[in-house]
Amino acid sequence: MSAWSVTEPSARSKGIAAVLVILYTVITLLPLVWIIATGFKTGPDSISYPPKVIFQPSLEGYVNLFTDRTRATPEQLAAMPPPENFVDEIVQRRGEVITQPSKFGERFLNSVIIGFGSTFLSIFLGTLAAYAFSRFRVPLKDDLLFFILSTRMMPPIAVAIPIFLMFRQLGLSDTHLGMILLYTGVNISLAVWLLKGFIDEIPREYEEAALIDGYTRLQAFRKVVLPQAATGIASTAIFCLIFAWNEYAFAFLLTSGTAQTAPPFIPTIFGVGGKDWPAVAAGATLFLLPVMIFTILLRKHLLRGITFGAVRK
Amino acid sequence: MAEIVIRNLRKEFGDFVAVKESSFTVGDGEFFMLLGPSGCGKTTTLRMIAGLELPTSGQILIDGEDVSQRPASQRDIAFVFQMFALYPHLNVRRNISYPLVSQGLPRAEVRAKVAEVARILGIESILDKPVGGLSGGDRQRVALGRAIVRSPKAFMMDEPLGALDAEFREHMSEELRALHDRMGATTVYVTHDQLEAMQMGDKIVVMNHGVVEQFGTPQEIYDHPATMFVADFIGSPPMNFLRFEGGFRPGDRSVSLGGTAVATPELREEAAGRKLALGVRPEHIAILDDGPYRGRIEAVEYLGTTQIVTLSTPHGTLKARTPSDRAARVGETVGLGFTASTLSLFDAGSGRAFRTAANAGVFHG
Ligand SMILES: Nc1ncnc2c1ncn2[C@@H]1O[C@H](COP(=O)(O)OP(=O)(O)O)[C@@H](O)[C@H]1O
Ligand SMILES: [Mg+2]
Repeated sequence: MSAWSVTEPSARSKGIAAVLVILYTVITLLPLVWIIATGFKTGPDSISYPPKVIFQPSLEGYVNLFTDRTRATPEQLAAMPPPENFVDEIVQRRGEVITQPSKFGERFLNSVIIGFGSTFLSIFLGTLAAYAFSRFRVPLKDDLLFFILSTRMMPPIAVAIPIFLMFRQLGLSDTHLGMILLYTGVNISLAVWLLKGFIDEIPREYEEAALIDGYTRLQAFRKVVLPQAATGIASTAIFCLIFAWNEYAFAFLLTSGTAQTAPPFIPTIFGVGGKDWPAVAAGATLFLLPVMIFTILLRKHLLRGITFGAVRK
Repeated sequence: MAEIVIRNLRKEFGDFVAVKESSFTVGDGEFFMLLGPSGCGKTTTLRMIAGLELPTSGQILIDGEDVSQRPASQRDIAFVFQMFALYPHLNVRRNISYPLVSQGLPRAEVRAKVAEVARILGIESILDKPVGGLSGGDRQRVALGRAIVRSPKAFMMDEPLGALDAEFREHMSEELRALHDRMGATTVYVTHDQLEAMQMGDKIVVMNHGVVEQFGTPQEIYDHPATMFVADFIGSPPMNFLRFEGGFRPGDRSVSLGGTAVATPELREEAAGRKLALGVRPEHIAILDDGPYRGRIEAVEYLGTTQIVTLSTPHGTLKARTPSDRAARVGETVGLGFTASTLSLFDAGSGRAFRTAANAGVFHG
């Protein structure tokens, strides 16, 4: 008998693997922890050197994120009624008054509408196209699939200027529809290819059984193919959402007001006067949440999605 | 229930012809076998009958109505797939009730029908289980349940026992045949196993390379094969061929094998100077002490009451099934007797059987 086995890794290699995984986790999580922590610091704490690991948490950053403020004179402050809530208290303590709610809420909502809207559209069109490519004899199928893939062969920003001009001509600049169409355009090729892989794996017999059982092709698609493809749809949706949610360059270029998303907005938070790092960090933290929650909810699917093709069930 | 008439059915996939001008009739209530080697077009034919594939040309009549261009959902035919194709996201009960739900039947009625089918198939205890963990036999029963629950016009079954292990196949084939006898449903059953076809079928169609070679009862096909392919495909060991050159005229009652006259059924056709093959089933060969046609014993396989004796003759190797009480020693040269009325005569070039007094009534076009 030899001392080592081919199937079971040795204790030492397991140990090394564990150390590597932990190290990698720490490296990737550190910026995240930093951002989340900074969001709960006061302005001075956020820029103190050496960085404060232990600090008195404050909601200053979040208050600043959601409000526009102006500096008040001591007379004005003295004339004001005592603060009614913690928000007023934080603001007044720093000698400021709230002038209006900030635009962050609106921008965040824009991100939600555009991110989820384009994800839905990509998945909707992608699933139908992938099903057709997978099941029917489409003329020039291979060429079409290659053509769809070829749209990913350059960085999307390479076509920024033509798109900028097109959007201006079509009146799509700074509109929700424009951004949804743009992100759908970028995501759809990924969606078609990923989903075609998943649908190819579903045996045709299931749909045929449904046809035999008296359902139409569309019903068979809805009641048999869709539930089977749920895993693939979920993981494709996560990929699409992550792209649309995080996209900065086009959003910066094509939106400025009505349809501006959170990524180009967050850097503009750097308040009146000094750089308001806690507010930026608070914005970044809130911005992370939706994708994080969405991904955690679908993480079982995502794992399978990433490894799909590698393992057969 | 229904009668299914297939007329000149043809299916092309691009340049490839999967089924060529096939014609046969499935009688009402028949257990009908589509038999042939792998890749001969059985599944394609079955799928065309069910409406999963549209024919390139030809007609499919169900109860006299041409349905060849109708979609599957409008043909009222049930299909049992080779790998069963149970809906993996539904449990057993919902799998079986699926065809009823599509018809919009009231819930109480669906429940009652599913319960009835489960009782017939003996699967009441697994109704609420997911289909994922079921054994092969139970999957098979659920697939059958889904087929019979809506009392369709006919059943199509594509090698339904192919996914089961050998031991269980026997049992399941009896169960299937019993189920059929009880319901009297027209059934088209695809198999590549000639024994299964002979045992279970009322009628058999033998296909090869997309062509219907013969259509008839198991006995007709066994006793009077229409082609050398059928003769060779059916029976174990298959029919023997004694290949020779010669000719005959209508009315002849024998052919000459290298100078030895061998009695045959009365011939109804004419042939001259052709490559021919005399077909003889192993059980129709007798080993005699003397006789004009002789062969040498090459091997003996003992099977209890019978034995398979391999003989070499001037016209090829023969396998004879003889009673084992007559000792057969390897190396011995013996006389051979053939039961004249059972012999078939083939054109060795085209493989077609010549008409004789024996097979005259059998061939359907
Ligand atoms: N959709 C298809 N496209 C192209 N060729 C096919 C298709 N379906 C079947 N064939 C071909 O038709 C022939 C007959 O297939 P099939 O009917 O499945 O045979 P069997 O069931 O008798 O084994 C095979 O050679 C197969 O490769
Ligand atoms: Mg087949």
